[in-house]
Amino acid sequence: MSNRLSGPLDDVSGDAGYEAHPERMGFFTDTSVCIGCKACEVACKEWNFVPEDGLLLTGMSYDNTQQLDANSWRHVAFVEQTKPVRAPSIDLPMPTVGLPAAADPQGADEGDIGVRWLMSSDVCKHCTHAACLDVCPTGSLFRTEFGTVVVQQDICNGCGYCVPACPYGVIDQRKEDGRAFKCTMCYDRLGVGEEPACAKACPTDSIQFGPLDELRERAEERVRTLHEHGIDEARLYGESPDDGVGGDGAFFLLLDEPEVYGLPPDPVVTTRDLPAMWRHVGAAAVTIVAGIAVTFVGGRR
Amino acid sequence: MARSDGAVVPNAEFSSYYGRPIIKLPVWKQPDVPLYLWLGGIAGASAALAEGAALSDRPALERVARLAAAGGSGVGALVLVHDLGRPERFLNMLRVFKVTSPLSVGSWLLAGFSSAASVAAASHETGRLHPVGRLAGVTAAVLGPPLATYTAALLADTAVPAWHEAYRELPFLFAGSASAAAGGLAMLAVPTGEAAPARRLAVAGVALDLAAEHQLEHRLGMLAEPYQQDRPGRFLRAARVLNLAGALGAVVGGRSRAVSALSGTALLGASLLTRFAVFQAGLASAKDPKYTVVPQRERLNARGEPAAPAA
Repeated sequence: MSNRLSGPLDDVSGDAGYEAHPERMGFFTDTSVCIGCKACEVACKEWNFVPEDGLLLTGMSYDNTQQLDANSWRHVAFVEQTKPVRAPSIDLPMPTVGLPAAADPQGADEGDIGVRWLMSSDVCKHCTHAACLDVCPTGSLFRTEFGTVVVQQDICNGCGYCVPACPYGVIDQRKEDGRAFKCTMCYDRLGVGEEPACAKACPTDSIQFGPLDELRERAEERVRTLHEHGIDEARLYGESPDDGVGGDGAFFLLLDEPEVYGLPPDPVVTTRDLPAMWRHVGAAAVTIVAGIAVTFVGGRR
Repeated sequence: MARSDGAVVPNAEFSSYYGRPIIKLPVWKQPDVPLYLWLGGIAGASAALAEGAALSDRPALERVARLAAAGGSGVGALVLVHDLGRPERFLNMLRVFKVTSPLSVGSWLLAGFSSAASVAAASHETGRLHPVGRLAGVTAAVLGPPLATYTAALLADTAVPAWHEAYRELPFLFAGSASAAAGGLAMLAVPTGEAAPARRLAVAGVALDLAAEHQLEHRLGMLAEPYQQDRPGRFLRAARVLNLAGALGAVVGGRSRAVSALSGTALLGASLLTRFAVFQAGLASAKDPKYTVVPQRERLNARGEPAAPAA
């Protein structure tokens, strides 16, 4: 029973009861090469028949999707930062805007104040210890043989408990439908050996799909490379099995603090504390019984 | 990227994504869920009160408590079904039993409790099947107190900061609130001659409620703010006044029918306000990303993992 509610867990599918099962599959989203094209969002909607959820201009950078929810299973965040420009150590021959500068092909000198763009395609984390799954009272949310977390739409009764349980704010209720929806990591495609639609569509390989162990090695290598090139702020998010959710099945390489991207800096699966909660609930119930017993025994009238 | 304007808490400078919430707001509806917290509390404590009344031969108190247990849990169950996104699938709640889900545990508790409480009340009202009725009454009295307190785990077992971090105090707050309300209802509806245990229960409940709330507000640090500010803060302050007035009435005015009824009503109102306040404080803490980010950032700093140097 150790580490059933929190902590590192080597075999999530085995823990869920699968005897023979494939490797745990996952996403590694390398935001350092994301160009914000939103092909992932479109591919996801197309493949999974996810309904349109409002065509509006938010004025919030180039982000009109705003968040992950029942009708957005991939969400590309656009962060605009005013930062001192660093002379690029990797010269990507990208087209530039504005007057060409003689000294620098990117049109900026070191020390100039410029805008830095951070783009990141967010998705369900498919946690090792998934709060949504733990709290689901109907058994609608389940762990697949690939170690991912999926909602069975024919079971969900729309109780909504998974929604505030998720420490990342991923799963949500579809208002007009009543049930909860989120990324399935394209469970249907995985079943026939295909990669998820978003990873397939990503033109820069920012979204990488594969066995989680392999992805973690690849990500470490990528961080090392970026650090060697002086990009010290590169860090992995959600890759560690020692974190509050036992590690994410979908983890990220970020270029700033997680909260800048709308991610919680130190998420913890709420059910980690559930044994202590039940003890307090039990003690409080006993207090009621004791109190009522005393009200009848104490005093004569 | 937006910086907090830090208007409320000076030291809470934090980063966020355009000030958007990090976690999702609970989709549970009002008044459904706070109303259920209130009704479930009254029903659960009343079932235990009914058995005490039966054992000590107080038929009027027993009658009111049994009806409260049956009625409160019955209406509570209807309110919960109404809150579902797919109400026609409410029976799926009894498809599995999961101790990791307070809602699953609670559904089974509620199903068992409301059946037992209904049988007990029906038997007491009609005077038929007395042994079955008593057995059902004892069953309801055993399931009642946990029914009144599990709802604390229901709220706390989420990522909502003001609920989760209050998991030690919420069960006792709910236990106190439920006891005070059940005592209050009996004070309202039972002749004063039989209501002495109800008055004592009400006073004890108010004491537990106020002590737990005090502890909660002092232990939670910045996460106590949602309980103190805006509407939840006003509701809790009003609840405190009503609780104290009700308890005072129970102590000094127990012989007067009018004072008893008035005090009981105040206690019922205080419990209802408390449930709405706790529910809305959770919503407020989910809405503002500072309540998610700042405590987590402090946790990281305490572990010696300060923010990496900015680019």
